[in-house]
Amino acid sequence: MIVNLIDYLRDRLKTVILCCYGIMAFIVFWSLSVDTSHAHTWAEKMIPGFWSLFGLVSCAIVIMVARWFGKSGIQVREDYYDN
Amino acid sequence: MTISFMHPALIMIVGALLLPLVRGPFRKPYMFLIPLLTFIDVIYLSQHPGTYGVFQFMNWELTFGRVDRLSMIFGFIMALMAIIGTIYGMHVEDEWQHMAAWFYVAGSLGAIYAADYITLFLFWEMMAFASTFLIWARKDEEALAAGYRYILVHTFGGVVLLLGFVLRYQATGDLSFDQLNVQSPEFYTWLIMIGLMLNAAVPPLHSWLPDAYSKATAIGAVFMCAFTTKTAVYTLIRSCSGFDVLIYLGIIMAIYGIIYAIMENDVRKLLGWEIVSQVGYMVAGVGIGTSLAINGACAHAFAHILYKGLLFMAAGAILTTTGRQKLTELGGLYKKMPATMIFMLIGGLAVSGLPLMSGFVSKSMIIAAAFESHILWAGFALTLVSAGTFLAAGLRLPYLIFFGDNNCSEETWEKASDPSWNMQLAMAIGGFLCIFLGSYTPFLYNMLPNTGVVFHPYGSYHLSETIQIMAFTALGFFMLRKYVMPQNTISLDMDWFYRMGGRAFYWTVENPLQWFDNALGKFYKAVGISCLMTTSAFWSWFDWNGIDGVVDGTARCVRAIGRRVTIVLQRGQIQQTIYYTVSFAAVILVAYVWL
Repeated sequence: MIVNLIDYLRDRLKTVILCCYGIMAFIVFWSLSVDTSHAHTWAEKMIPGFWSLFGLVSCAIVIMVARWFGKSGIQVREDYYDN
Repeated sequence: MTISFMHPALIMIVGALLLPLVRGPFRKPYMFLIPLLTFIDVIYLSQHPGTYGVFQFMNWELTFGRVDRLSMIFGFIMALMAIIGTIYGMHVEDEWQHMAAWFYVAGSLGAIYAADYITLFLFWEMMAFASTFLIWARKDEEALAAGYRYILVHTFGGVVLLLGFVLRYQATGDLSFDQLNVQSPEFYTWLIMIGLMLNAAVPPLHSWLPDAYSKATAIGAVFMCAFTTKTAVYTLIRSCSGFDVLIYLGIIMAIYGIIYAIMENDVRKLLGWEIVSQVGYMVAGVGIGTSLAINGACAHAFAHILYKGLLFMAAGAILTTTGRQKLTELGGLYKKMPATMIFMLIGGLAVSGLPLMSGFVSKSMIIAAAFESHILWAGFALTLVSAGTFLAAGLRLPYLIFFGDNNCSEETWEKASDPSWNMQLAMAIGGFLCIFLGSYTPFLYNMLPNTGVVFHPYGSYHLSETIQIMAFTALGFFMLRKYVMPQNTISLDMDWFYRMGGRAFYWTVENPLQWFDNALGKFYKAVGISCLMTTSAFWSWFDWNGIDGVVDGTARCVRAIGRRVTIVLQRGQIQQTIYYTVSFAAVILVAYVWL
């Protein structure tokens, strides 16, 4: 059943992606209407969609730092310790 | 009212010792019964807080049973995880593995209820040794080596802890295991903290964790992911809460772990790095030290044991059925292992902190505590890590195993299937609890040690914050996914120092020392022997001409004088000899009288 559902969604990948974009737009739109009195810092109150931006930037930072770090000599062949 | 005290660890130990005797159809019910009895005992104790099991041993008072709210919540989750882990491993015939696992659980429970350092140390070492056998039970060369590295690192940690509390005993005469004075830490405070934090895998003492957990058996890793680090978190809460340095270490740990998780190719090593990262939240919470932060650390440890257990169970299911655990050898498995996929997704979303999942209600307490204590950088750093966690465990891991490119060999694909009923049951229990804890918060929140702390995770602002972060992390992953594809590599880490340090020692012995030894031999042959010959020739000459000369010369001299005396005095006539003798005696006599 689950396998069929996933296959069904994979066959319509473009539609699924479009739906996801729609959901994201809705999330940002909703965040604009949320009461920000519980915010921790002024940035959250002043920048609309602060946490969306934060999420995207965080994700990019983590991926890029990991990539740079790995390429800087940390990632080595698997038999490194075996010689 | 006095109640009878039965230590939960004792039930596990006796149960483990009797396990080999219980065979055939009785084995499975017995394996379910013992952890269940332990769990019931833990619940019974939590209804009766107090101090039990106090013994006098030489000059020391040993306390085996300190039952308060803090030990209660940790005891509860450890005993619960013992049930889940044992169900997961029920199909394994190898009784040594089960015995090791139960001794390991007993060590953890013993350490949690211990109220003095000696008892703590006893159970601490029991944990280290028992868990080593869970690695060795894999029985291949890599596991053997990893087990040795694991036990050596833990022995080092144990020695540091021992040194710390012995120095403290010498200075204060106190062995009780309680909050240390972290405002003005002494040398022994640092030693105790380092000994405890090695087990929590705090950098730079963390490399043993991903190394060992990826080499252990499938059920071994399920047990190990729960007990060692979270028992260490408990001991840190008990002794070092409010120790500033732990905030920094915790946050370094959280970030470090997630960066390595993104680079990792081995599924269980990736999950190990995730543990390092998540325990970072707890360590930071202990460092912040407010009531909310401590509650958050406890709640997160509780939730973490369940979702991480679930993730390791799913990874173990993949390992058991396919024999593979590298992302570059997996992919597209949703068709063959749909149930495992669902459980791994639940675990991955719970660790990422999706609303209605356990991570959401526990992790947010620590972040909120950081913001409330006005440590804004810590709050933002931990939020960044939660985006990274979703990326690593909620998106990348399931994507590469179950969707994405199919890298399975034909053999792997043939073998892949959902695991046996008991493994699925254990995962179902874990999955249910992950959702239950997140959806019905009072269950977890009522168990937390600091009462009177109010925290509501389901405010609209917090919900909006979390959903935004997760949605846009997913977008980031979608756009940058080609940069996080797995590669056939391993990542160098702090273990490089002791792995290569060992080699450096061998190399030093094999190369410079050997060369020096050879050179010394040659030098000795070339110079030493001829020197020795010359020296002995000299001594021989000296002996002949010097010593013998003196001795012989003296003898010759005496002989020569004797001959002269003989020639002059002894002419062969007895009367002359008598004459000389008597004259000589008379001269002496006269001289004596006269003078």
